[in-house]
Amino acid sequence: MSDIRNLINITDLSVSEIDALIRTADDIIEHPDDYREACRYKKLATLFFEPSTRTRLSFTAAMMDLGGNVLGFENALNSSSTKGESVADTVRMVGCYADIIAMRHPKEGAPFVAAQKTTVPIINAGDGGHFHPTQTLTDLLTIHRKRGSLDNFTIGFCGDLMFGRTVHSLIEALLRYENITFYLISPRELRLPEYMKEKLNAAGANWKEFEKLEDAIPELDVLYMTRVQKERFFNEEDYIRLRDTYILDRAKLVPAKKDMIIMHPLPRVNEISVDVDDDPRASYFYQALCGKYIRMALILFLLGIH
Amino acid sequence: MNIDGVRNGIVLDHIQAGKGMQIYSLLGLEKLDCTVAIIQNAVSTKYGRKDIIKVDGKLDLNLDMLGYIDQNITVDFIEDCKLIKKVHVDLPETLKNVISCHNPRCITSIEQGVEQEFYLADREKKIYRCRYCDTEYREID
Repeated sequence: MSDIRNLINITDLSVSEIDALIRTADDIIEHPDDYREACRYKKLATLFFEPSTRTRLSFTAAMMDLGGNVLGFENALNSSSTKGESVADTVRMVGCYADIIAMRHPKEGAPFVAAQKTTVPIINAGDGGHFHPTQTLTDLLTIHRKRGSLDNFTIGFCGDLMFGRTVHSLIEALLRYENITFYLISPRELRLPEYMKEKLNAAGANWKEFEKLEDAIPELDVLYMTRVQKERFFNEEDYIRLRDTYILDRAKLVPAKKDMIIMHPLPRVNEISVDVDDDPRASYFYQALCGKYIRMALILFLLGIH
Repeated sequence: MNIDGVRNGIVLDHIQAGKGMQIYSLLGLEKLDCTVAIIQNAVSTKYGRKDIIKVDGKLDLNLDMLGYIDQNITVDFIEDCKLIKKVHVDLPETLKNVISCHNPRCITSIEQGVEQEFYLADREKKIYRCRYCDTEYREID
């Protein structure tokens, strides 16, 4: 079991492995036909104990474009977890049928438990408010393809930085690249957790907190917007009070750099006005496309297919 | 007050005064059938007061747990009434099944059979985080 590689946290991959995944994704984009049969007779199980559209579909599309098959469930209601089956038992069983597992679970650390209990590679497709490493790989591929490099830029994270798992994972990944400045733009109630700030400090990173998007936007090379997610709140009143705090529209973009990239893990609710979609800086749908290519590269890597 | 010396066993010395009973419980010493003594509020030249536990019998000791609770504890291993080894405990890098995660969003809150595992995130501040969800452990009443 020890030879099996998993992706639970983005730091499970070295920088050189991430660079290799990005190179593979680039090659898939350039030569998609070369990969059509790469996973023939292989099966990916998508175990989604929590609903998802983009992540699940991108995993499915990725495996299909590699010539493999997909099985699984898209809601805990359709699994034996409703009967009280443990995560450990579920993945042990699924490991008998599939070659690789992509798993989303509302409880933090569930994929880590899964990885200890099965003999097939586990991909964390999001565990509660904790980590979402394949979104991070997607984000890195998007920045790489838009900017040509993953070094030397200022990135602003805006919105829910407390529960935003995409933010936490991307920060962890970017800490290993050179000369990146982090602007953390959020309401006081949704600031980055202390343990993430400890990681920023431990890495000697430049970072600064803002409450107003307008104060940070002129200096940004990348603006990473996030949704204030209803399901992360225990209290609906707090959600309603905070959800519209940070909305990006054309007016707020006026002082921004002309080559700034606007990213968003999607789905958006209203934090990016639809009139921004036609702005050449809007990169969030391209980001979704990158998600399929980098997941193709990841599946190949974890299955040991070259 | 006179308490017999240990013939074959251990002495936990320099326990912070008041923590002796907690350690007694966590080590499960009530289950032993050998002689066990707890001395509370003994005079200590170094700390003023201290607790001491003496166990005259074999014990599989969880030094990590002791190091987590009190880094000043020393453990004397006694054989044939002689001190054969003295260990100064320290904060362990990992803690297994000593403390439990309080994060209701953590998988350990629902999954049966998983070990409660923590890693030392900050030695200076004595911060431990859950291996599963990275939440900082805080003692609650």
